Amino acid sequence: MNSNEMSITFPALSKNEAFARSVAAAFAVQLDPTIEELTDVRTAVSEAVTNAIIHGYSSRGGTVRMDCYTDGDIITIIVTDYGKGIADIEQAMQPFFTSAPDLERSGMGFCVMQAFMDSVEVASEPGKGTAVKMKKRISSVRADG
Amino acid sequence: MQMEIEAAEDRLTARIKGELDHHSAAQARAQLDALIADKRIRELRLDLKGLTFMDSSGLGVILGRYRVIAGRGGKMSIGGASRSIERILRMAGIYALVDRMDI
Repeated sequence: MNSNEMSITFPALSKNEAFARSVAAAFAVQLDPTIEELTDVRTAVSEAVTNAIIHGYSSRGGTVRMDCYTDGDIITIIVTDYGKGIADIEQAMQPFFTSAPDLERSGMGFCVMQAFMDSVEVASEPGKGTAVKMKKRISSVRADG
Repeated sequence: MQMEIEAAEDRLTARIKGELDHHSAAQARAQLDALIADKRIRELRLDLKGLTFMDSSGLGVILGRYRVIAGRGGKMSIGGASRSIERILRMAGIYALVDRMDI
């Protein structure tokens, strides 16, 4: 079987950042990734979930949803929040841009996601929420899957 | 995230272990700030050899402490980062500000 899926929802609490990235990594294991690829997925998920908690919900809580899919050797992860949304996505994705400098945010979250995954797409609507869709080809997948 | 501290004269070495993300950043920041509140500290060394995970939240912790130390004319160095953490540090240009030490 070369396609699979799962989804989870959890409260937008910072302690769930480690939980979410561990779950995504556990799901990715079926594609037989290298340790490095697994770390890439963990890091990208951590960034997306942290953004949902800090920016989507302004650290005041809410629900975060994570959908993961495999299709052949590609893993797709979508992290969704139903928070305040992003008015200017292009600006939000600029290196070092942050809307929360007071929280010592580096403004590098989207850059890390883009560097560690093959593609990152952001859909957002102010007042409705944000969905970050990330894809990565797991190169070490075996032909006998 | 756990931290081991070694102080020698004006130099402080912090060995950061475990996972440094947004959740644990608050604790790392508070611990480091309490230590460098001592104005005699002129050099802060971060040993990341035991750090198994870090995302961009760690950059904020590093840059915030750099500002304090650099603000009093001191210096900061970082060493022992894993391949993935090293990539994040380089992406943010951390080594333009902080010395890279071999551990």
